[in-house]
Amino acid sequence: MIGLSLKRLRSLLRKEWIQVRRDPMTLRLIIALPIMQLFLFGFAVNTNPKHLPTGLLSAEHSKYERTLVAALQNTGYYDIKLMPSEAAAEKALAAGDVLFVINIPPNFDRSVDRGEAPAVLVDADATDPSAIGNATAALAAVSEALNRDLPPVRQPHYTNPPYQFQVHARYNPEQLTVLNIVPGLICIVLSMSTMFLTTLSITRERERGTMENLMAMPVRPIEIMLAKIVPYIVIGYIQVVLILAVSAVVFQLPIRGSVPVLLFALGLFIASNLALGLTFSTVATNQLQAQQLAQFTLLPSFMLSGFFFPFRGMPVWAQWIGEIFPTTHAMRVVRGMLLKGNGVPEIMPELWPMALFTVAVIGLAIWFYRETLD
Amino acid sequence: MTQYAIDVHDLRKSFGSRRVVDGLTLQVAAGEICGFLGANGSGKTTTIRMLCGLLLPDGGEGTCLGLDIARDAPAIRRQIGYMTQQFSYYEDLTVNENLDLVAGVYEMPMPHAAVRDIIAQLGLGEYADHLAGHLSGGWKQRLALAACVLHRPQLLLLDEPTAGVDAKARREFWDLIHDMAGEGLTVLVSTHYMDEAERCKRIVYLANGRIVVQGDALALARTSGLITYEATGAGIDEAARRIRSVPGVEAAAVFGRALHVAGTDRAMLEAAIRSFAGLAWHEVEPRLEDVFIHQLSASAAR
Repeated sequence: MIGLSLKRLRSLLRKEWIQVRRDPMTLRLIIALPIMQLFLFGFAVNTNPKHLPTGLLSAEHSKYERTLVAALQNTGYYDIKLMPSEAAAEKALAAGDVLFVINIPPNFDRSVDRGEAPAVLVDADATDPSAIGNATAALAAVSEALNRDLPPVRQPHYTNPPYQFQVHARYNPEQLTVLNIVPGLICIVLSMSTMFLTTLSITRERERGTMENLMAMPVRPIEIMLAKIVPYIVIGYIQVVLILAVSAVVFQLPIRGSVPVLLFALGLFIASNLALGLTFSTVATNQLQAQQLAQFTLLPSFMLSGFFFPFRGMPVWAQWIGEIFPTTHAMRVVRGMLLKGNGVPEIMPELWPMALFTVAVIGLAIWFYRETLD
Repeated sequence: MTQYAIDVHDLRKSFGSRRVVDGLTLQVAAGEICGFLGANGSGKTTTIRMLCGLLLPDGGEGTCLGLDIARDAPAIRRQIGYMTQQFSYYEDLTVNENLDLVAGVYEMPMPHAAVRDIIAQLGLGEYADHLAGHLSGGWKQRLALAACVLHRPQLLLLDEPTAGVDAKARREFWDLIHDMAGEGLTVLVSTHYMDEAERCKRIVYLANGRIVVQGDALALARTSGLITYEATGAGIDEAARRIRSVPGVEAAAVFGRALHVAGTDRAMLEAAIRSFAGLAWHEVEPRLEDVFIHQLSASAAR
């Protein structure tokens, strides 16, 4: 860049670094908040919930009924309690006190023994389909539960079920949600905690009146921008290391890819967030405005990143918007590198969009940066 | 080349529909201390910001140190020192660190020596490692002055440097300014204080973005041709209001506990004050304020 002076840049960098260090409260928050968020969401967010409250309606207690209930309990998805009446069960379901009501018809044992294949009605609260999806799928396995208890005369009909599902879950054979959530969470937490570092940087100088002085001195916009970004990349890396350590130790997250490559990719991700924050800081006239701009961007960048919903499930236009955000690419890099052991060739398609985004956004910041007070 | 450190013609600047600077023409000779006076909102700060390239003029043109204020702003910035109205250095940095930053940004060849020298020159040594935010108003001003002369500028633009500073610190501050001017530095300083104006070689008085009067500080009062009477005692506020409309009174204003009336026609002025015989009148030397108010009233009448 024309007119960039390393001497000036070094002076500005030193100033920014001193200011970062002199603000111990912010520094503590920078370190503590991402870790707290990781703990909070890492344990709280769970798309394969178990021990779902389930109501049982049973006309009369019987042998087969007990076996069935025990089998359901054993899947781990159902916590079963007896419902006094159909009306009470209906109410509990509506109130969300139970997510399932299992209705065992009268004369259940006799119907089974006669081979009438009686229907066991399962009412499920489908308000959040993902919450009950796995539990519902587990019902299929339970259908064989009675086989052992059937009278010998009925046995042959049940020994060879026509077909069975076989689910082969790659990368995460135990279907641990945490392995899917935490890598995504790393990106979300990093994105939030880094963007706000720069979002306030230039507006703060403006509001304190120090900007006028800085502008009256012979500094170039690119020097100010770089001086604002670089110290926070260091802070960002401290966060990355802490977050990865917590993920590995607390959440037992595997790190199958190369750590240096992962750190490089995340460095790029941090830079892109800092650059975006800086642009908001340049465009906004005060700190509140800058924060609003940042919040306005964070939500869509999270929602469209593939963190909350499967990326390929979104309409194409939404996917295009998602492709713009660095969070989307960082999420693929982190998930891929941690769980699949991806290397440079696999993550290349995610690296250059982040780099392009960073350069474009810094360009925008310089474009909006005014060297006069007009 | 040019003998003027500042040479601008017909500068104009509006914010929205408000004309803040409205045709300002100003020459300041090299090595001169020029006092910039005027009420709040008269256009002092805006003019200074245009001179150092922080605001682009809507109209007019001119040079600072021979460099065009519109085109050569970056070059001007290297050669001037600008002290903002509010303290604008970093309160979370120490005196030393602030000065190091400035030395680095101006790419000074020997930054540490320069910082050490300026700290010694302005007597900041005791506070060198104090955070700027912990300094008192007077020391903050001194730090700001140190920072804006650190790179040895040829022109100093000071925007109300002594606002909110106690009398002793103000006096010392002006001694420093005079010392620097003695070494050939040109200084343009805006102020509210008339006693400070009298320490300037030349003064420029602004109202509504125009220069109302300018000239040599001492000569201005003497050559104004004003006859000035002063009255003290109860009722001067009421008298000031009424006497303004009496023929022969061209300016009337209350300064502290004294009412000053001034006019250019002695006979008419003396006739006018005789009708306010309840007050004790005596003739005084016209002060700068009298001259300014007279000029303001005169330009308003035109």
